[in-house]
Amino acid sequence: MNIKQDFPIFKNNPGLVYLDSTATSLKPRSVIDKAVEYYSQYSANIFRGVYKISEKATQEYEDTRRVVSEFIKAKSENEVVFTRNTTESINLIAYGLGRKIVDGNDEIVTSIMEHHSNFVPWQQLAFENGAALKVIDIDEDGYLLKNINRVVTKRSKILALTYASNVLGTINPIKNIVREAKKINPEIIVVVDAAQAVPHLKVDVQDLGCDFLAFSSHKMLGPTGVGVVWGKEKTLKDMFPFMYGGEMIDEVYVDRTVFKEPPHKFEAGTPSIGEVIAFKEAVSYLNSLGMDKVREHERRLVQFCLQELSNQFGDRIKIFGPTNSEDRGGVVAFEFGRFHPHDVASILDEEGIAVRAGHHCAMPLHTRLGASASVRASFYIYNDESDVEKFIKGLKKVENVLGK
Amino acid sequence: MSLYSELILDHYQNPRNYGMVNRPTGHSHVSNPLCGDEIDLTIRIEKGRIEDVKFKGQGCAISKASASMVTAYLKGKPKDELKKIDKKFIIKLLGIELGVNRIKCKIFSLEAVKKLEL
Ligand SMILES: Cc1ncc(COP(=O)(O)O)c(C=O)c1O
Repeated sequence: MNIKQDFPIFKNNPGLVYLDSTATSLKPRSVIDKAVEYYSQYSANIFRGVYKISEKATQEYEDTRRVVSEFIKAKSENEVVFTRNTTESINLIAYGLGRKIVDGNDEIVTSIMEHHSNFVPWQQLAFENGAALKVIDIDEDGYLLKNINRVVTKRSKILALTYASNVLGTINPIKNIVREAKKINPEIIVVVDAAQAVPHLKVDVQDLGCDFLAFSSHKMLGPTGVGVVWGKEKTLKDMFPFMYGGEMIDEVYVDRTVFKEPPHKFEAGTPSIGEVIAFKEAVSYLNSLGMDKVREHERRLVQFCLQELSNQFGDRIKIFGPTNSEDRGGVVAFEFGRFHPHDVASILDEEGIAVRAGHHCAMPLHTRLGASASVRASFYIYNDESDVEKFIKGLKKVENVLGK
Repeated sequence: MSLYSELILDHYQNPRNYGMVNRPTGHSHVSNPLCGDEIDLTIRIEKGRIEDVKFKGQGCAISKASASMVTAYLKGKPKDELKKIDKKFIIKLLGIELGVNRIKCKIFSLEAVKKLEL
């Protein structure tokens, strides 16, 4: 199985070792071709036209909704809302529902391992509504503390958690957490940031039992400009719209407006039509590989990488997150001796290796870890052991250039 | 060409003017939480001349080398030099090309110079 062949970027950048899929994934030819198909064959607006190419575009757009809803085992297509990215998806939930249900006596619960996009919207909502923000801590190995029953109370209205950390790699036991939280407060709304889960694991929203799931197309082989909110139909119906304007209305009068039913109630204005249409090719690609295989491939790579890092560099490297590859996604963030992450990333770049350096939009987590920044390598389906080997070789060069 | 030229590595490994000057007449602090970088710059100016200038802080090799080279350049110069040095000057001083994402490492020390409260 030579997956790299399906990704034109490797042909255009010979020797590229791409280890930053957590930031955004590469795109297979089928996705690119599908976007080109829309732009060159039926690039009309959707819903508005009664002419053929508009109907074709509308059908292709709605077809993606069906494909995505099946991919995450939603009950119905109406539970899938398209946004621009995970960040917008979470903001939509915070504005549409958070503003409605949270007041000064309430609590919002989140965790220290969140990406800013699942932290700041809740922090700000708490500030605005006078609610308390509670933050679940992690232990020394990068696992979420198992103290849900002490943190969540009857006053906790929202629990916002990441499924998989984009820094520690930790995969949280969401299903158990949801069950525990709902035992304490059956009304609690559980929002899952699945930006690093849906691309890498089999996700079944009904099995998880959460209320919302948010993720981005661009991290799962799809185009940029498409995010997803999955939510239960009843909950979506009860929410405020997020943005007002065209496409999201049934009727408008000078003195009132009738909104559409979900999901269209949340899709105001012309969406990223070509990108949504191409997104289904990304899902099809993942389906053809099989999510269990995707997961196993990444698990093996991450295990190999963790092993090699500790064999070759020992104490000189400090890896964040669980050491057991069963519990972590394809993400390896670390500190390397006294080297600044930017120097490490720049020297690797000179070898054609793309890694991330910085706080990866998780400043509260880095503060908690006592690190101002880290280097992060992340893996996806097109990576293989030779990428890990080149990465290790690159790190040896860092030591050679900067001096141990 | 590598960013990590001999000149840059020399200043990174053996930074000139590291520390705080005695009896400073000016000081500045800049930080960049995005990369966790920080510089404290102290300076002593007497009779219009830069008698001493030192930096202290954390940063990548590029930002450290840049601070080392800038302070080495400024020491002993007339005070007016502080106003004269600019981005172009620093880029020439370091002699390396940097992409848009890392240019800020190079001019971090310039920011410290420009923020000096004298
Ligand atoms: C865990 C997690 N949540 C949210 C996001 C934000 O995704 P986006 O930039 O697509 O909104 C990211 C992406 O970096 C992420 O890793």
